Amino acid sequence: MAHSYTPGLTVTDHIEIKRRRQLPLPGTVLVQAGDRVVSNQPVARAELPGKVYPLNLANQLGVAPEEIKEYLIKKDGDSIQKDDVLAENKPLFKWLKTEIRSPLTGIIESISTVTGQILLREPPRVIELLGYVDGTVVEIHPHQGVTIKCACSLVQGIFGIGGETYGEVAMAVASPEEPLTPDRLRPEMKGKLVVGGSFLPADTMAKAKELGVAGLIVGGIHDKDLRALLGYDLGVAITGTEQVGFTLVLTEGFGTIPMAQKTFAVLSRHAGANASISGATQIRAGVIRPEIIIPQKAEQAAGLATACSERGDIQIGDSVRIIHDPFFGKIGEVAELPSELIRIPTESDVRALEVRFPDGSRAVIPRANIEVIEGG
Amino acid sequence: MIATGSSSPKIDRPLTVIVATDCGSTTTKAILIEKVGNEYRQTYRGEAPTTVEAPFEDVTRGVLNAIAEIEELSGWKILEGDRIITPYQDAKIGVDMYISTSSAGGGLQMMVTGVVQNMTGESAQRAALGAGAIVIDVLASNDGRLPHEKIERIRTMRPDMILMSGGTDGGAVTHVVEMAEFIAAAEPRPRFGATYKLPLIYAGNKEAQGPVRKILGEKSALEVTDNIRPVLERENLAPARQKIHDLFLEHVMQQAPGYKKLIDMAGAPIMPTPAAVGVIMETIAKREHLNLIGVDIGGATTDVFSVFDGVFNRTVSANLGMSYSISNVLAEAGLANILRWVPFTIDEQMLRNRIKNKMVRPTTIPQTLDELQIEQAISREALRLALIHHKSLATGLKGVQQERTISDVFEQQASGLSLIDMLKLDLIVGSGGILSHAPRRVQSMLMMVDAYEPLGVTRISVDSIFMMPHLGVLSTIDEKAATDVFVRDCMVYLGTCVAPIGQGKEGERCVEYEVTFPDGKMVKDRLRFGDLTLYPLELDQKAVITMKPAKAVNLGAGPGEPITREVYGGAVGLMLDGRGRPLQLPTDQQARVALLTKWFSAVGLYPTASG
Repeated sequence: MAHSYTPGLTVTDHIEIKRRRQLPLPGTVLVQAGDRVVSNQPVARAELPGKVYPLNLANQLGVAPEEIKEYLIKKDGDSIQKDDVLAENKPLFKWLKTEIRSPLTGIIESISTVTGQILLREPPRVIELLGYVDGTVVEIHPHQGVTIKCACSLVQGIFGIGGETYGEVAMAVASPEEPLTPDRLRPEMKGKLVVGGSFLPADTMAKAKELGVAGLIVGGIHDKDLRALLGYDLGVAITGTEQVGFTLVLTEGFGTIPMAQKTFAVLSRHAGANASISGATQIRAGVIRPEIIIPQKAEQAAGLATACSERGDIQIGDSVRIIHDPFFGKIGEVAELPSELIRIPTESDVRALEVRFPDGSRAVIPRANIEVIEGG
Repeated sequence: MIATGSSSPKIDRPLTVIVATDCGSTTTKAILIEKVGNEYRQTYRGEAPTTVEAPFEDVTRGVLNAIAEIEELSGWKILEGDRIITPYQDAKIGVDMYISTSSAGGGLQMMVTGVVQNMTGESAQRAALGAGAIVIDVLASNDGRLPHEKIERIRTMRPDMILMSGGTDGGAVTHVVEMAEFIAAAEPRPRFGATYKLPLIYAGNKEAQGPVRKILGEKSALEVTDNIRPVLERENLAPARQKIHDLFLEHVMQQAPGYKKLIDMAGAPIMPTPAAVGVIMETIAKREHLNLIGVDIGGATTDVFSVFDGVFNRTVSANLGMSYSISNVLAEAGLANILRWVPFTIDEQMLRNRIKNKMVRPTTIPQTLDELQIEQAISREALRLALIHHKSLATGLKGVQQERTISDVFEQQASGLSLIDMLKLDLIVGSGGILSHAPRRVQSMLMMVDAYEPLGVTRISVDSIFMMPHLGVLSTIDEKAATDVFVRDCMVYLGTCVAPIGQGKEGERCVEYEVTFPDGKMVKDRLRFGDLTLYPLELDQKAVITMKPAKAVNLGAGPGEPITREVYGGAVGLMLDGRGRPLQLPTDQQARVALLTKWFSAVGLYPTASG
């Protein structure tokens, strides 16, 4: 039989994870294997080549492309300052003289006698790659980056926006069913990762931005509010570079959906602790989910299981969350795992399972529509 | 042996058993093809998750798992450890050949450049699309972007490959060289593998080959091939397409995890999935002398293929799909266009949230009837938009070569739509989960009819289990085997749609018709505007229809002119569509819901409370 994949989101108090930190282009690694690093510490550095500006000298001087070298004062690879004269003509009368000045500080990248243009390049920009998590460097990838091992509590969300940031976990609601209304945000939450319950309304987002909250972690939002926040309708779930003032992580999905009890409990236990958060989501091949990582002290880390990407088949008794209507967001446990295909109301014959809810009721759900609540 | 893609493999014995896989982004699908008597049949299939990503990072794991499933189901012994047993031996041991296609890891992503956007830019785009690529950007000297913006764009995109074109042979070199300078300045890096050079094909003005080599020879893995537009009037795409296939195998696939092993395992070059689908569509259209449109609607992308008068075209709408890209269908089509196909009223916010939830959990499936109806409404819009996109690029240049006059060039710029003639269309082939796996076949048929609005008489079919890619590769080795399986096992003919062109008030006479069924039974009736009528007509059965349209109504022979045609049956039958062309739905919500309900129940589209 084909493997039945029922991927779940990891929500756990104790896990050891590895995060590969990679430069966008080759550079220098600043740490060594075995070093302890913290989230906001640079671990590698690279120089991003500066922007290139073409300048068509032939046109500006009114000469043929192959003649431009005769007029150039600078040559290939020369350093230049803004307003330096790059080329000039030599007219008989001085007042007819044309000088071409550099619009930027940088170097002359190339000179073309075919097109008559020269390319100027700005100085490189240094980019520093931060550690993102508190942990130990376990592998160096020469010129590329490092892998950092971290013992932590981990909460994966279903969808997020915004990049990596850091802050103290702050609980804004008392239960996972409560929506995160604006009055729950207080000035002391500035720079913190604020945990709400079932829903994040638009006015709370506005207040979070105003207060300078670093991150928001909630069960759900409305699509229309996301659209208003981003300024466009998100077509494909590839995120992480948005700049909306805070990083947002949804733990459940779109709509008003109470945060899973377990997720809420893990975050509550770590109220006041420092954590790393990333909203980056990529739902295509090579799935990336948003995450909240709460590092543990070294002494807590002993004897942790390593994060395991591969899980066994689903078992009776497994705790599952239903991820599609009409039971969307409900949590129960697997009561039956029939092997034969079951006909559902759409008339499709699908692999299904029976879920028992806490109130004792049961429902048949396609296996594709549940996710196992992973981590222990 | 590593196949290089340029040459067809030599087969020194007749093929009896073939195993083929398609490594998709999420699933690897394997099929077993056997020679049964004198014909080839697809007998078993297996599938397994694709294993390009961590923790496996080896595509062959998924391939072996999918083949192992075939072994379990068939009792055939194909694998010896990690090796495919070849050749076929008696007693269900071994296969004669293993072949594969791949779109894993996002397929082949290319950037193309030209000098004039509508001329060489478009030719380069067609060459790349025809080779099975997704074109992530078309840069041209006249594309309206400033030079530094072009350089930034080249730099931020991370294509698998760049195709450069521009200029006719012997023409001016300046603009082509300028583009080469921009590319060199941007120092583009490939999507996979930080350490290898980006493959770049130059297929422009041959006079510029020298300067381009000088500028880009060191900075890229440069390959030079024949100009795709040697003269203004002629397009020559084949050499560039072949180079794309070669470089795809030699560079791009070598970087993807496990592909070196996969290439060694395969007895024929690995083809990009859409290229293989294109090959089989083209083969069938040419063999049957058909004009056809094929569509493969997936989770992330929708591919459209067409063959009209022997001219093949392919486009890919990279962000129209039913799961990963479902939210983009909403963004591009707009909510109103989706809602017009939903036969009940629904709260806008709830619908938007549902679509987003499908996007973030793309593997979930509709569990209730109303969810199924919503998904099928969205698919109509995805199909419609992808065809619009296709029409905008299928603009009359032959896939390999076409002689054109200067005036044709200007006409192409003005209209660009001349090739896709829905009235000349003989066959629509649908593929992809939403069409192939619809609970009722009539749902697939109506989705395609609603989205494409075929005109006149059009036959409609679906790919039973998505085996067109496998058959595309197979057709390069053994056309008979591929055709046998395509006809017998791949295509599920749904029936024929007859749709008069014209509009009228609901209930007005549209067409008087007679249908003579194979058993001699004859039905005479009237099709009124607003009617949708379905007659059962079995697969392999033909009926004769005579249609006498009303004065302003056209069935292809001209307004009011009668037609008599032989029509084919299928899993659904003969559909007479009197809803008018272009198809217009009432803007009033109640009227629209009532009309949809009437149409849907007329063809038995969905189960009713009474069953």
